[in-house]
Amino acid sequence: MSKKFWQQGEPFVWATGLALSLILFLTMLLLYVVIANGLMVFWPKQVALATLSDGRQLLGEIVREEVIPGGQAKRLQFKIGNRDLYGLDFKWVDASSITSMSFPQNVQVLERQEFGNFYGFLSELEVKGLAPPATGSNSLEQTIAALDSRKKEVSLLGKKIANLNRRVEMIDHRLIQAHYDKEENTPALAALQGEKEGLKTEFEALVGILNEKGAALATNQAIFLDANGRTKAIPLVNIVRSYQPNAMSVLAKCGYYLERMRELFLDEPRESNTEGGLFPAIFGTIMLILLMSVLSFPLGVLAGIYLREYAKDGYLVRLVRIAVNNLAGIPSIVYGIFGLGFFVYGVGGSIDQMFFPERLPTPTFGTGGILWTSLTLGLLTVPVVIVATEEALGAISPGIREGSQALAATKLQTLTRILLPMASPGILTGFILAMARAAGEVAPLMITGVVKLAPALPLDGVFPYLHLDRKFMHLGFHIYDIGFQSPNVEAAKPMVYVTTLLLILIVLLLTSTAIHLRNRMRQRYSVTDV
Amino acid sequence: MPRSDSAISVIENPQVVIKDLNLYYGASQALHDLSFGIPAGQVTALIGPSGCGKSTLLRCINRMNDLVDGLRVEGSITIDGENINDPTLDVIELRRKVGMVFQKWNPFPKSIYENVVYGLRIAGIKERTTLEEAAEKSLKRAALWDEVKERLHQSAMGLSGGQMQRLCIARAIAVSPEIILMDEPCSALDPRSTARIEELIRELREEYTIIIVTHNMQQAARISDYTAYMYLGELVEYGPTQQVFTVPVKKETEDYITGRFG
Repeated sequence: MSKKFWQQGEPFVWATGLALSLILFLTMLLLYVVIANGLMVFWPKQVALATLSDGRQLLGEIVREEVIPGGQAKRLQFKIGNRDLYGLDFKWVDASSITSMSFPQNVQVLERQEFGNFYGFLSELEVKGLAPPATGSNSLEQTIAALDSRKKEVSLLGKKIANLNRRVEMIDHRLIQAHYDKEENTPALAALQGEKEGLKTEFEALVGILNEKGAALATNQAIFLDANGRTKAIPLVNIVRSYQPNAMSVLAKCGYYLERMRELFLDEPRESNTEGGLFPAIFGTIMLILLMSVLSFPLGVLAGIYLREYAKDGYLVRLVRIAVNNLAGIPSIVYGIFGLGFFVYGVGGSIDQMFFPERLPTPTFGTGGILWTSLTLGLLTVPVVIVATEEALGAISPGIREGSQALAATKLQTLTRILLPMASPGILTGFILAMARAAGEVAPLMITGVVKLAPALPLDGVFPYLHLDRKFMHLGFHIYDIGFQSPNVEAAKPMVYVTTLLLILIVLLLTSTAIHLRNRMRQRYSVTDV
Repeated sequence: MPRSDSAISVIENPQVVIKDLNLYYGASQALHDLSFGIPAGQVTALIGPSGCGKSTLLRCINRMNDLVDGLRVEGSITIDGENINDPTLDVIELRRKVGMVFQKWNPFPKSIYENVVYGLRIAGIKERTTLEEAAEKSLKRAALWDEVKERLHQSAMGLSGGQMQRLCIARAIAVSPEIILMDEPCSALDPRSTARIEELIRELREEYTIIIVTHNMQQAARISDYTAYMYLGELVEYGPTQQVFTVPVKKETEDYITGRFG
């Protein structure tokens, strides 16, 4: 009986099904954790006012609740914020020591430029040069909004100053170059010197105005009380957003959620990346993947075509093939080190010597940048594309090739008109795999061009628009950075979930576009026998 | 008189002359001293047991064997007086003149229309009207027009096996070759499709020289004017089909044809 049982293959079916369900379960668990945590981050939570048995009070969001080992007693973790007052954002409290707990309507939550969230009660507003502060429940929000135009003015001044700085720097480079070229005392140089002096005076004037306006802005402040009545004055310019979560309706909470989403997608990060938006990182990630594809995809396809169609099959080709397959197994950090040594220091350093000697010893291309990172990632993914191209071409029956050649087509015509279109779904599959792998890599990026905070995007409105030498930000690195390198890991945790969710979504978006393309190709060039 | 000359002299004014042809795959020899002439405007059948080299010989006539690594050809094949084994010869020109239909139909994953005009497009013809006329003419000639005229721009992959093979014939005809090589064109088809293709071959004989490899003795008898019987890479007997099938000169030929061998 048992022999028959085994032969019927029933246990094998179970084993295969079990394996699949295990994998599915783990994947779903990962997605669930990321999605459940990531989506809830921006939903405003109730702020509790807890009175402890010793008479002290505590104001904060309840983050976690757990049973103390060895008993029925519980303890709660509060996010109390106010890092500048207490030093710590989080506090564990035994549930037994809480005598009462309430959710006052007038609790004010502030998101600030520095020191994280503030929880407290508004006491009074000290505003200068503005109409007398409005009274009522949302007087704070209104006053902050009234300061908006003046804040914009200041940030515009900052941009102007940065622009002046860049122009002065360019003149400096030009002057150094003239010195290298043994060019002395020409009228053109004198004119440059004059221009530089002019810019410098303009610069100093602007800095003066900026300091003045900044100081004037900073005098507008609000006085807050914490749970125990300590006062704290906070300049209004430092307040990014303020709201009263306990008084918010569901609709208002939705509005807040959308506002935070907008900030996430479109704004710059704050507070060593644990707050604010992810725009530069999103931009950097997408640009990196696209640049990598543009650089490595044609290279891989061409190499694959050569290996399959033109190389004479023999010992050497087989060796190359084995080597290509093994390339995919090299740890990515090794690629990173190669990229740093060869691309950054080797190629980049030579470019600096040849084209930008006036800027040395400050490197231009001889330091990490998005171009070198894309090339390194391209090198890492190119084996996948080569193998996929080879396999796809090899899967086409010889009859098709002969049919084309018998109709007086040359090898090139056969390749471009018949073989490549037929192989395109397979090649695209390899491309999708390569893209997904590239999107998930972090290690090689860290040493070839990714930074925690990039001052400017690699693509902007300043000539020459595409700055391939610039360092950039990346979601994968962002996860590592804020999750494990930030000084306040607990406060950064929500952002880790959000960033992870975003990275997964971007990879999904890019690969599903490629999959859609592949399916169309497949439909068009499928060879189904009757 | 040496054997080679007698085989060539069977035919007066042959279009294709094969002379002292030897072919080697690496160290092993596949064809031995083949010499015979193939007449224009006739159907010539190459028969013989599997592995006798008839397909290899056929593929020599449009140099399809060029694609095979380690293959070496000695001797000459002349078409209209021109030696096609001459290394300076333009293979593309040769293949334009000598079309080929394969054992396994191999339409491209394109529309029916694009399949037929593929050879013309390759030759650089772009005018729409020329292409459309050529497609219609070739499909009519291949007796496929009535079945596909409504769906010219649909994928050729939707056709039946017999239709696909006729499409391959139409594709070969479209570039106006002088000679058409057929490598067991019916071996994977049902009797009905086979009958249609045989009929088509008989009709095409008026315009093209056809050289066909077949396993099917009856088929060779039905459609060919001349028959060459090959065995182990050698030409055993060659002559008008009627004569080869009714009064074969060689004992081996008779054994093969009557089914005592092969």
